[in-house]
Formats: sequence, structure tokens, C-alpha cells
Amino acid sequence: MEELRKEMENLKDQITAVRKTFQDSTLQEAAAGVTVVGRVQLKTRKTLRGHLAKIYAMHWGTDSTLCVSASQDGKLIVWDTITTNKVNAIPLKSSWVMTCAYAPSGNLVACGGLDNMCSIYNLKGKDGNVKVMRELAAHTGYLSCCRFLSDTEIITSSGDCTCVLWDIETGTQKMVFAGHQGDAMSLGVSPDFKFFISGACDFTAKLWDIREAECRQTFGGHESDINAIGFFPNGNAVITGSDDATCKLYDLRADQELLTYQDPSIMCGVTSLAPSKSGRLLLAGHDDFNVNIWDMLKAERVGVLAGHDNRVSCIGVSSDGMACCTGSWDSFLKIWN
Amino acid sequence: MGWFKVSPLPLFNHISFSFLSVLPFLKIEDIVTLIQDEEEGVPIRTVKSFMTKIPSVVTGTDIVQWLMKNLGIEDPAEAMHIGSLIAAQGYFFPISDHVLSLKDDGTFYRFQAPYFWPSNCWEPENTDYAIYLCKRTMQNKTRLELADYEAENLARLQRAFARKWEFIYMQAEAQVKIDRKKDKTERKILDSQERAFWDVHRPVPGCVNTTEMDIRKCRRMKNPHRVKKSVYGLVEEGTQSQSPIHTPSHHCRKGTKEDVEKEIIFLNTQIDRHRMKMSKVAESRSYVDYDQFVTAQEPANPWTSDDPSLWELEASKEPSQQRVKKWGFSLEEALKDPAGQELFLKFLESEFSSENLRFWLAVQDMKRRPQQDVAQRAEDIWAEFLAEGAPSSINLDSHSYERTSQNLKDPGRYSYEDAQDHIYKLMKSDSYTRFLRSNVPGPADGKEESGHNKVYSGLTSNHPHIM
Repeated sequence: MEELRKEMENLKDQITAVRKTFQDSTLQEAAAGVTVVGRVQLKTRKTLRGHLAKIYAMHWGTDSTLCVSASQDGKLIVWDTITTNKVNAIPLKSSWVMTCAYAPSGNLVACGGLDNMCSIYNLKGKDGNVKVMRELAAHTGYLSCCRFLSDTEIITSSGDCTCVLWDIETGTQKMVFAGHQGDAMSLGVSPDFKFFISGACDFTAKLWDIREAECRQTFGGHESDINAIGFFPNGNAVITGSDDATCKLYDLRADQELLTYQDPSIMCGVTSLAPSKSGRLLLAGHDDFNVNIWDMLKAERVGVLAGHDNRVSCIGVSSDGMACCTGSWDSFLKIWN
Repeated sequence: MGWFKVSPLPLFNHISFSFLSVLPFLKIEDIVTLIQDEEEGVPIRTVKSFMTKIPSVVTGTDIVQWLMKNLGIEDPAEAMHIGSLIAAQGYFFPISDHVLSLKDDGTFYRFQAPYFWPSNCWEPENTDYAIYLCKRTMQNKTRLELADYEAENLARLQRAFARKWEFIYMQAEAQVKIDRKKDKTERKILDSQERAFWDVHRPVPGCVNTTEMDIRKCRRMKNPHRVKKSVYGLVEEGTQSQSPIHTPSHHCRKGTKEDVEKEIIFLNTQIDRHRMKMSKVAESRSYVDYDQFVTAQEPANPWTSDDPSLWELEASKEPSQQRVKKWGFSLEEALKDPAGQELFLKFLESEFSSENLRFWLAVQDMKRRPQQDVAQRAEDIWAEFLAEGAPSSINLDSHSYERTSQNLKDPGRYSYEDAQDHIYKLMKSDSYTRFLRSNVPGPADGKEESGHNKVYSGLTSNHPHIM
């Protein structure tokens, strides 16, 4: 066993060395000629009130006006963010919900948490009532994140260290993605829907080929749990946020880290992140109740969103890039731009 | 300090299970240690007031100034933010208030004893809290009087612990006895530190409880050995009912031999994988013009202007100049936009090669169908595009053709993956370039929008990334 571990460490060192040989430049050097984005000041345009307890997750619909949020008050709420009206308020069987997702079609929403299940709800049922359509059960740990590929497929990540691709029609597991050595905390789907990435409590991020159910790449470097992960808008890079209070940018083609976003005055872990539409800005939510805005190319902080009275647990940028939504343990969601 | 029944835990004894839980605290604790340093820290002193002396205090302003100077912070608001964070976790506290916040003025603050620091993973039980409140009522001191919310808490605890109240009362008396033996000044300091500890763990109603943990992290972090330590050294049997978030984790995944072997196999595949040089990767084309947060858009952002015309424009088939320009970035961008897709299709029809795009779109659609429909759709696609004499025959190389027909023996979502990739590459390198250079006719209704007709010319010169 010791021998095996030594071999593993040896291989890891070799890979690090090989990656170094491709470092003929850094992103900072390449971006030296680019001017820093000026100070970014976003204002709260709407506050969505209605949840009675901590909000753990939110997800924009693809139309950029509707979003869904999940709270420990045991409710899933679909909001019309413009009017701040609640389109649907769905009571959940288990109040320990940790994640929610909106299907690209707008027909379905999903959620899950300590019940170890992913529950799919049909918003467009015949009689107008929102009902549970499927309960996807097989995980042996909490459901940390879920994302739809379509109305028929969904990917989940779990505290049992695996991610799973489900067929919603039959309610069965199609693929299991195992490899993480710690709770899988978050996942993101590539723009072309062929890959997804997962961040875990083993401090690594993994890129998975959906079709082959294989891990294609692993990225390390963080010193603590990765809580949030997302694709860079062009799909060529991955952004992670960690309890070590930093965010990192990894390029898939270079197979290594490009930049770390950190500042000595930021001491609290990252809970959530979202890139702006162009990918020039990175918005990261932290335990210290703030959202930090980074210029992604220059790795400089260019703004702060302060407005929540408790930790920011989730964040999302609408698909048209017009607005950003934050959800917090203070039970409110805010729309900013 | 007689009431430390459990001796003060040195920080590092506790961390054998993991550094994870104390990582955020460690950074703050470095600051908290430095700020109290005799040489380099804030001036902590005894202040003479009315008829008494206030030991061991520092002003809010002193703290803010120190933070700015020693953490290199220029903005006082930023220093206030960090200071408030440190205060909220109880590392220092206002001597005359239960609310743990920092004010940049002459308000007096005192530092918390390391024994009570959050990194010691305290999860004090209600029995401890009851003892604490109880003993405060036993001493005839104004500074120890209970606040309203504390009196309410005490009443509630008396009801909840009715059966063992005698025990709690006795413990409280014992604590009072120990406290009395101490020096007056020392007692003032210790009492305030004890109160600040409880302000963190039983905060004033309306204040944020900074000890609340993310339920996903709960089970892994605190008290892995499930030993509940009492602030007052009581040894408790497990009479507390367990909340669902504290049930023992049944899936503690460790690196098994199999895991390591799998990892080794994976790592071996990674050593020689294809990698791009950083310099090449770092060439980044900027979509900044399209980013609402960076540059203002035309027409105005509906969120700020309450004018939804932008969304209406997006949804319409008459695209703006900027939207059209985007189609020139890549085939992917053009196909993402329904208007772009439609225009490209029209163009292909004019060249009699629309079957390529139609095939690609049909496969995309098939991939999203429910499982039971996939096989039928796959066959329909074969009949339409690939079979001998097919009405919309596409041009596949023999290799892809062979593979695809093999795949169709057991049709699935990815049966056409190779074929799709091939056709996509074909369109990208061939038709798409011509599409960009062409003069495309205006919108279908015949209206001629100025600028739209020759919109594609000149695009290629701006975008070296095409092709």
C-alpha cells in the first residue's frame, strides 16, 4: 500500500513537472497590454422576499426573467424577477434542501438535499398544479448540486463523492462518475453539453466526458474544499471557488492553472461563483456576506456587492448577461446590475 | 483561572482530524494575535472612569487604525468590514453591549481569551448556558444583571430542565464560589469574556449567529469524536436529542487500495496528454463589448431603465447590428442564435447544401428526446440523410459512414457523434466562410433595414479567429 502511494505521488510530481514545461508565459504577461476594467458598481434593483429561512441555492431560467430558489423553510419558489411575484411556491417533503435547478426548456425544476434524492417537478402540468414528477434515488449521501441537460436527462453531485447522470423518464442511473475522494460539492455543464465539471472536498476539480463516463482531467492547487465551480463562457476554462478564500482559473487545453484570485483582506471562504457573460468579470460570493467582483484577466478586485445581512450562499448571472442574482442565509434574493 | 475545568486547549492539539474547519479561523487568529502584541499591537490599557477603573481595553478607532496600517488597507470601509467580521466571531467585543459589532469611535473593546476562540470548536450545550444565566442572577452586581432576552431564555430553560434544575443550580453556586476567590480586576475581565462567548453562541435576537455551519460541512468538521465538552467542565451523558444535521456520517470515504490503483492508472494517461502552451492559450479575444456589467448596451438594460425593448428585440427576428456581428465570431455563435441559424440555413439552401445543417440539427434534436423515442429518430435520420438514395443525402467519408452504420445496430443518443463532428467541421471550414463574405438579402418581409444588407462584409478582417 505504501508502495502504491509512493508511485501515485511520483506520478503526480511528474505531471506537475510536465505542466511546467508548457508555461512559456502567464496569463498576466499576455494580458499586460489590456487595461483594467474600471471600478464596477452594481446596484440592487430588486429584492425578492418570501422565504422564511436560509436560502441555499438559486438558478436562472434560460429566458433571463424567471429563476428558482431553494430554502431551508422547505420551499422551492419560482420568481418572476421583474415583478418580484412568485410564480410557483412548491412545498417540499424534506426541508433540508441544498440545491435547485431550472431545466433549459423551462418546463421542469429539480431540487435535493439531505434526503439524498433529486426530486423533479413539472411546472407545466395539465391542471396547473405543480407535482413531483420523479424522485431520483440512489445516492448514499446528500445531494449537493444538480443540473439539467434536457427535459430527459439530469446530472447530480453528492456527498457520497460521486456524480450521476440520470434518465428522468425511467428514473434510473445511466452513468456513475466516481473518482473524487471527498464530497462532490458542485457541478457545471459545458456549453456544448458534452462535458461537465465537478468540485469536491478532496480539493480537486474534475472534468468528465458525459458520453464515456470517464474523468478526462483533474485540477488541484486549492488548499481546502471546493464549494463552487463553473465553466468559463467559451467552455475552454474552468473556474473554482474554495474554502481557502480563493478562486482559481484552470485552462482545459493547457491542462493547468492560469490564475488565482486572492487578496489578503479576503479571509472567508467562497460559497458560490458566476462569470459575467463575456467572462471578463468573475463574481464570487463569500461567507463574510459580500460578493467580490474580479477582473478575470488582470486578477484584480474591481468591485464589491454588499447588501446581505448573512452569508451569500448562491449567485447566478442571467443568460443574457443583464443581471446577477444573489441568494443569502438572510432569506432574501437580490437582483443586481 | 479556576473555572477552567478543561485546560485551555492549545490550537494545534485539536487539528489531527483536519485543518479544514479552522482554516478561516487561523488567518483571522494570526491577525488577532498580532493586534494584541505588546510592541506592534494596539495600545491596551486601563482607563480611569467615574469612580472605577476599566481594565484592559482599547478603542474602536485604535482597532480600525491598526487594521488599516498593518493590513495595508487604504479604505476605512474595508477595515471596518474586516473588523466587524472579527468582532462578529467574538475575538474582541464591546464591553458595554451584547451586540458584537465594531464602531470606529471611542467605544471600548476588550480581547477574548484564547480559551474561548471559535477554533476550539465549541458547541456549548443548553445546560452550560443555563448554569451561566443562573449564576449571574446569584450575584448582586449591576453589571451582571440579565438583559430582557436573557431573562426570557432563562425562563424557557427552567421549564425545559425542570427535572434537573437542582443540579444546574448547584453547579451555578459552585461556579460563583470559584469566581469569588478571584481578584476583582481579574473577575471583571473574565466575566466580560465569558459574556462575549455566550453572545457568540446565544446571540441577541436579530443578530447573525456566526457559529451556524453549512449543513453540508457539519458532519465532517465539528467534534469528530463526538465528545461534547462543557464550558464548566461537566461530564454529560448523551441526553440531547440529535438533530438530523448531526447524525453520524455513515459514508466516510478513505483512500482504499482500489482507489489508489485507479488513480495511478488515470495519472499514467495524463502524463503524455496533449497540452497547449500557455502563450497560445492566453490569447484571449474579448467579448467585453457584449458584457452588460462592463459596458452599457444599446438599447438600455431593461433592469435599469424599466424599458423592456431590449428583450423584445432579442426575441424578435430582426436582429440588431451587434447581434449580427456576433455571428461572425464563430459558427457556434451563429447557430446559437435562432435568427442566425435561420439565415445560415437560407444561405445553404441557396448553395444547395442545406442537408448538412438539417442533418446536424436533427441529431441535436434527437439527443434531447426521451430515451424511448431515440431509436426511432435515429432510424428516421438514417433514412432521410444517409441511406442509399436518401432524399437529403449528406457527404460522409467512408470511415465515419462505416462507424455510424455499425452504431445503428444498437441505436443510441451518441450513434451519430462521429458523423455530426465531421459535418460540423465541413460546414465550418467551407460554407460558413462563404456565408460571412456573402451579401445576404434583408429580412423576409422585404423591408430593407439600412446596414443589414452588407453586414457581413468586413467582418472577417476584424476576427482572426474565424476558421
